Amino acid sequence: MKKLKRYRFFFILLLGLLIIAFINQSIAMKTIQITGKSILDMLFLLPPIFILVGLLDQWVKKESLIQYMGEKSGIYGVFFTLLLATVAAGPLYIAFPIAVLLLKKGASVRYIVFFLGAWSTVKLPVLVYELTSFGSKFTLIHICFGLVFYYLTGILFEKIYSKQKLIKYDITKEV
Amino acid sequence: MISGIILYTIATIYFGVSFIKDKHKTKEAILNSWKMFHNVLPDLLAIMFFIGLALSLLTPSLISSIIGESSGLLGIIYSTIIGSIALVPSFIVFPLGHTIIQHGAALPQVAVLMSTMMSVGLVTLSMEQKTFGRSFAYARNISAIIMSLIFALIIGVVMT
Repeated sequence: MKKLKRYRFFFILLLGLLIIAFINQSIAMKTIQITGKSILDMLFLLPPIFILVGLLDQWVKKESLIQYMGEKSGIYGVFFTLLLATVAAGPLYIAFPIAVLLLKKGASVRYIVFFLGAWSTVKLPVLVYELTSFGSKFTLIHICFGLVFYYLTGILFEKIYSKQKLIKYDITKEV
Repeated sequence: MISGIILYTIATIYFGVSFIKDKHKTKEAILNSWKMFHNVLPDLLAIMFFIGLALSLLTPSLISSIIGESSGLLGIIYSTIIGSIALVPSFIVFPLGHTIIQHGAALPQVAVLMSTMMSVGLVTLSMEQKTFGRSFAYARNISAIIMSLIFALIIGVVMT
């Protein structure tokens, strides 16, 4: 029962879809089409990301992650964070559990904010698409401004939020 | 597609190396990966469903008519509100943005719509709160809205 409860939003939406199907079948068909395609895309992209995160958790020592993303990692931290954030595909909420893991391993709050910002701004898998449909000027403004903005936000947030306060939740624990 | 293949290749190589080095650790890692996947799955399915529903109700021509060339500041506000509903993956956002521009939407409005779609999510806020606590989740979303608005302003000044 508890397991089913976690799917309650899914079932509510399913009910909504059934109601729409009675009123307008073409909208319902379109919904199924778009939803089905994006769920398949996700199910295809997620397993390798989660496997890599799981392996990272087991193998990367706290000391080495502190070196790469800790408070004193400097320009190294920027590049490492950028690499982690931009190669993985997927929506931002996939990045939340990864961010918590990095925090626990010793990454500083500044780079976590930067990580989340970069994740939502630059995605290498769709970069080519952005370039071809919106042009290089648009893409360049988007990326450069976004990254600078989120880096500065990171510096600001680091002063407000302590790391201990943010680590509340264990991604590998059953909820 | 290509990025998927690259990801699978990298994951397979690391998995293989890890398995040869330490079977127990690898098993633990895969078990944790599975739990992570299992934890996000209900939210993920619901969000995907919600996006599918929203995109078929809000058709590109409807969105374009709300945020057309002459929609101005009001168009920016509407884009911000529509974009902030849910976090949408970038591989949906960019094609959608491209389509609504072809339907006559204005570039700064589309910029703020795409940017907020990728970084601001009211539907996912409860999930974000569970992860980082309320204050941080709100602050992050607010900062993302500010970023999107300034980004649209720059696009408006430089490109139109």
